[in-house]
Amino acid sequence: MEQELFGRLTIDSLPFYSAIAASGAAVTVLGALSVMAVITYFGAWRLVLFDWVSSIDHKKIGIMYVMVALVMLMRGFIDAAMMRSQQAIAYNNEGYLPPDHFDQIFSSHGTIMIFFMAMPFLSGLINLIMPQQIGSRDVAFPFMNSISLWLTTAGAGLVLVSLVIGKFSTAGWTGYPPYSGSQFTPGVGVDYWLWAVLVSGVGSTMSGINFLVTIIKCRAPGMTMFRLPLFTWTVFVTSILMIFAFPALTVACGALMLDRTFGFHFFTNEAGGNMMNYINLFWLWGHPEVYILILPAFGVFSEVVATFSQKRLFGYISLVLATMAIGILSFTVWLHHFFTMGSSARVNSFFGTMTTIIAVPTGVKVFDWLLTMYRGRIIFKPPMLYTLGFLVTFVIGGLSGVLLALPPIDYLMHNTTFLIAHFHNMIIPGVLFGYLAGYMFWFPKAFGFKLNEWWGAASFWCWIIGFYLAFMPLYVLGLLGMPRRMEHYEIAAWQPHLIIAAIGAFIIFLGIVCLGVQLAVSIRDRKQALDLTGDPWNGRTLEWATSSPAAPYNFAVLPQVQSIDAWWDMKARGVAYERPKQYEDIAIPKNTFIGAVIGGAGFVLGFAMVWWIWWLAILSLAVIFAAIVIRASDDDTDYVMPASEVKKIEDARFAQLAKAPKNEMADDPGFAGDPAPEPAT
Amino acid sequence: MTATAMTVSPQDAAKYEEKEFGFWLYLMSDAVIFACLFATYLVMVGNTAGGPTGKELFSLERAAGETALLLFSSTTFGFAAVALSAGERSRVLLWLAVTFVLGAGFIFLEFGEFAGMIAQGAGPDRSGFLSAFFTLVGTHGLHVSIGLLWILVMIGQVVVKGLTVPVASRLMRLGLFWHFLDIIWVVIFSVVYLPGLL
Repeated sequence: MEQELFGRLTIDSLPFYSAIAASGAAVTVLGALSVMAVITYFGAWRLVLFDWVSSIDHKKIGIMYVMVALVMLMRGFIDAAMMRSQQAIAYNNEGYLPPDHFDQIFSSHGTIMIFFMAMPFLSGLINLIMPQQIGSRDVAFPFMNSISLWLTTAGAGLVLVSLVIGKFSTAGWTGYPPYSGSQFTPGVGVDYWLWAVLVSGVGSTMSGINFLVTIIKCRAPGMTMFRLPLFTWTVFVTSILMIFAFPALTVACGALMLDRTFGFHFFTNEAGGNMMNYINLFWLWGHPEVYILILPAFGVFSEVVATFSQKRLFGYISLVLATMAIGILSFTVWLHHFFTMGSSARVNSFFGTMTTIIAVPTGVKVFDWLLTMYRGRIIFKPPMLYTLGFLVTFVIGGLSGVLLALPPIDYLMHNTTFLIAHFHNMIIPGVLFGYLAGYMFWFPKAFGFKLNEWWGAASFWCWIIGFYLAFMPLYVLGLLGMPRRMEHYEIAAWQPHLIIAAIGAFIIFLGIVCLGVQLAVSIRDRKQALDLTGDPWNGRTLEWATSSPAAPYNFAVLPQVQSIDAWWDMKARGVAYERPKQYEDIAIPKNTFIGAVIGGAGFVLGFAMVWWIWWLAILSLAVIFAAIVIRASDDDTDYVMPASEVKKIEDARFAQLAKAPKNEMADDPGFAGDPAPEPAT
Repeated sequence: MTATAMTVSPQDAAKYEEKEFGFWLYLMSDAVIFACLFATYLVMVGNTAGGPTGKELFSLERAAGETALLLFSSTTFGFAAVALSAGERSRVLLWLAVTFVLGAGFIFLEFGEFAGMIAQGAGPDRSGFLSAFFTLVGTHGLHVSIGLLWILVMIGQVVVKGLTVPVASRLMRLGLFWHFLDIIWVVIFSVVYLPGLL
């Protein structure tokens, strides 16, 4: 009876077996409780529920995504700090983390940073900005957008809950079988990992569909494909990759789930399993995923570098083509993640060659960004600092990647910390710096005031110095032969490097502290940094044409686009802030809780499947089905904002514009002289 | 209700076009899921681990019956679509009902096939080959079952709401889904059952 009700969930699943695990659980529970306490203290439950949780406005969904990402960034960083400190002291002794716990930490670090920090950060920035960049009032499917958000949050929730109830996976963020199979790793850890990935993966697939339809179908009049801002172009390619790569992850993880839960033999050692099939399927998703993460960051860099060099982006067409080329090539390199599998030399040399080729379009982009800065009037705001840091650091990472692309070298370096250094060298400057630059660049658009620049610059310097200290020693350690994921070691020569790396992690911690301080100081001093014009950086693209924060409908009248850098062009032609003669009624989708209900049911489904509580799994599937049917039977999903109300909001905006001090950057003499001609197509 | 009653404003027409395009993208994404499952099946088809092979397990009669039911159900859904564009509500309901019965017959046959295999000890936990078989064919069956539920919901909507523009747009997408499953089945028949029996 008890087993039918609770599956394999027992009181022993609570983490009282270890002080460190118990304190991790306590921090998680206290964190959740204190958030609730703060909401209660401010009497904000109504606001949180009815304005945010139920919102299907793309801007609010974008902000919620970024909030999830920042929370998970902290959690993922705590994992990283624990690993670095363990390895710094664990020479000839056990350190403070037992192996089982250390393994959970590196598994959750990778899982969180890829799936629940980078993915939500990316979806958040895209949601916030892309519809405004193409002159649209929302994404194509606002309700599905809400489902995506809450499924992603459900996955993140499963990872967090594993801290409190049960354990997390010890199989690394890639979960290779046969180790991750039930024969060698019974228990719930791998199942938590699987369901977190499966639930959020469905959300990501839906996001991809949503973004792609939005870009293809919802552009403003005159916004042809070759007038799209570069960020939107990168979102376009990323969305295609999401739609076609995530199914492979779903199949790989779904099959491993069937192995573990129902005794199938996809990847087992015996009974005809084939574990290499998992690794192929996983990286068939995994390599495009790298580009899913990094292409939008490239888009951010492109916007930032043009805005803060006060110049049109150099080589727009070549940047678009390079993005497309990367999108296609990203499906042809997955085998380089396991050259040592023992494929023939012919197979390995094909994938090695493709891997070196994929570096070429990325190199094209680097030159385009450099040439955009060339003879520009560079303004060193924090987003630009992150971009400059990226350019230098990313090239180093790219070079180590070209080394690893050669199968004979990969045989030597495989599974060492050289690899760890390489991919952190791509992902921290490439992805994270891009997202942080985007966060600081577009923050005024989301909230109507700018972030403090001093603390922004301080966070940049901590991040970049910390990054070099933390990861350059890992290159050396890899060359010295140190394998990845070591809980302790007996080689004295390694320890000095690991101590330097731990110091680097501490400086990165200061960088995260600076980000927190920046946010707090900026909220405190927001009155001095208000963005009254909606265009705080003298921007070039259409998201700066809306007010900050943008009205629920973004554009009262859809803009007429005549060139790339549409907003810059409108400013140059003097039509930027023209008052329309009349307004029309605008249909806006109504808020609904159904997306949050589906996300919640997705969380419960994952939890029930992890613990084999079958009745609960069936119940949550029934809830999801009922929610979809209810929504699909509702033909009255919009409300109409009458023209009079639009006029009221817009009148207030124009009154504010009249009061606004002239843009500090618009005073630059270069402003009017660069009317952004059409590219030769 | 006649066809002329279903006039749509340009904004709404654009909305429905977006939904149809989005649905196509979903189908392409689903096609990749099936592609991965097909690839997995082909990799594992020989991994019988001493257990039964496809030749011993599959029955051509049953597979042919399943195929016939599913292909006919696609045809009858086509009739429903014709009735929809003619605006004839009762005929839409009739053909949806027929499609449901044929689809349910398919699921009934497939369920019997799976139950028979499990009963003779050839379940998905017997060998890698059978894991891949049950997952590939079962995923298709799961899709058909969801399609059946969708047909029931749409019958309800046609009864309650009539052939309104949103209902018609949903029926069009259901049609895409149903024909897509048919195509997948044709590939399953050619990749799983025919080579298994020949």
